[in-house]
Amino acid sequence: MIAAPSTIPAGGAITTQLLEISIGPQHPSTHGVFRMDVVLDGEVVRALKPVVGYLHRNHEQLAEKMSWLGSMPYTDRLDYFNSMSNNWAYALAVEKLAGIKVPERAEYIRVIMAELSRLQNHASAIGFLLQDCGAWGTPLLYAFKEREKILDFFETVSGSRMMCNYFRFGGVRVDLNDEMLAMARKIVAEFPKFLDEFEKLMTTNEVVLARCQRVGILPKELAIAGSISGPVARASGVEYDIRKVDKYGVYGQLEFGVPVGAVGDVYDRYYIRVLEMRESVKILQQVLRDIPAGPVQAVEVKLRGFKIPAGDGYGRVEGAKGELGFYLVSEGGPKPYRYHIRPPSFINLTVLEDMCVGHKVADAIIILGSIDIVLGEVDR
Amino acid sequence: MIPTSEQLCAAVPGAVIEIVPSTPAAAQPAMLVDREHLVAVARYLKNEPSCQLDFCSCVTGVDYLAKGFIEIVYHLYSVALKHGPVVLKVRAPRELNQCHVPSLTTVWRGCEFQEREAFDLYGVKFDGHPDLRRILMWNEFTDHPMRKDYVPPADYEWEPTPHDEVLKRTKAAGGIMPPSAAVEVKK
Repeated sequence: MIAAPSTIPAGGAITTQLLEISIGPQHPSTHGVFRMDVVLDGEVVRALKPVVGYLHRNHEQLAEKMSWLGSMPYTDRLDYFNSMSNNWAYALAVEKLAGIKVPERAEYIRVIMAELSRLQNHASAIGFLLQDCGAWGTPLLYAFKEREKILDFFETVSGSRMMCNYFRFGGVRVDLNDEMLAMARKIVAEFPKFLDEFEKLMTTNEVVLARCQRVGILPKELAIAGSISGPVARASGVEYDIRKVDKYGVYGQLEFGVPVGAVGDVYDRYYIRVLEMRESVKILQQVLRDIPAGPVQAVEVKLRGFKIPAGDGYGRVEGAKGELGFYLVSEGGPKPYRYHIRPPSFINLTVLEDMCVGHKVADAIIILGSIDIVLGEVDR
Repeated sequence: MIPTSEQLCAAVPGAVIEIVPSTPAAAQPAMLVDREHLVAVARYLKNEPSCQLDFCSCVTGVDYLAKGFIEIVYHLYSVALKHGPVVLKVRAPRELNQCHVPSLTTVWRGCEFQEREAFDLYGVKFDGHPDLRRILMWNEFTDHPMRKDYVPPADYEWEPTPHDEVLKRTKAAGGIMPPSAAVEVKK
């Protein structure tokens, strides 16, 4: 039997000194060049300040010096996991300002692209989350195996795996042929198998439950007040999905549910993504069944010399990370006067400190992982 | 239900509210509020049970160089009642010493980082903001790059960064020189 060391004072309390450390920017667990200034008391986080901007390139100013369409490829580089949804958000905002009507087939194709992009984003997001928990490689590679099929489809359609640049104002760049649709149907048919397998491994896994439950709880009120959107907000019980609220595209005609969490901890944020993928599969089955024939580009939209009447407007979509919006100001010319992006990853970081304080430093890593940020979008 | 400007003026005595149109297709007219009553109007919009604009989605600045002001734009939505957007605008003169507006972070916590970004890129000071620091540019940067009259330096590499200070100190202490400095020594 080992006797207790005599240096521990009676009562067992050891006073420790607060220690300020910097996690990142070059650290694999920060998902890119992100830094956290953390004040630690032993292993417990007492304060945390996110430091961003390492990837800042002033995308907004670049866009103000380009034609309206010139920024379309650049939106791919925001959240480079979801270039299709980024394209849609920008195209939607411009169409809203200019009053462009999109042909029905193009709307269906847009939904296919956005939902496939959500599938591969959520699959990799939970893969990365489990990697942050310490499950090195295996769950992430299961997710990446599935993501690869979707990226192959994107490459077949747009010519690029990640930088798709596929949407145009008033439609999409190229039509889908029958082989492409068959490819998409095959991906969608196989995806639930992957989800079942993944869930079997993870959802009731003892280590996952021990690490993720009751960690980083985000209360519903704070989620709303803090402008938190997307899966993070829904995991906290905020029943708000822009696909349901705005009914943009053809989402108004589709049947799907909005899963909502009860606790708002890291585990809920993991599980909400699994459930959202199941809903996305349902959406994809419907659009791939019902896709009509017809043109994929509104004819009145000119590629060259495209202009928008003077004024401003805001358009938004439900991206995989949350509400992705564009606020645009036009002066009637060929270039935007102001081009602002509402980046969901950046705004979801607002409450990172509230979620982490009181937890261990290793929990701060998985809390950050559960928000699912991409630095290309945070820093712009 | 979104209150009209007359209802807002009645609820917040003294407020001056002007309607600014958007593009005809977008149909998102904005309410331009005077700086003194912005916080009161925001609180009313958030707490009034018939509109409950509890979600401040987007905050940004626009520099109208020719008109001589910077405009801060807030896009508000209601999660409870699922309506929106209501667009609030407030204007401040472009001169750096007068360019300030009241912060709405106390009303909507989600404004915190976005107001910091507007401060960083446009130089608008938000009175009452709990932590108004640069967020995208580095702390030593002195200008506000999204202003329309911003002139970028001819050589970005030259801009003073913390590295220059470190370099100076290293040289003074006779430490290990980086390759370019070592070439100078040989001459």
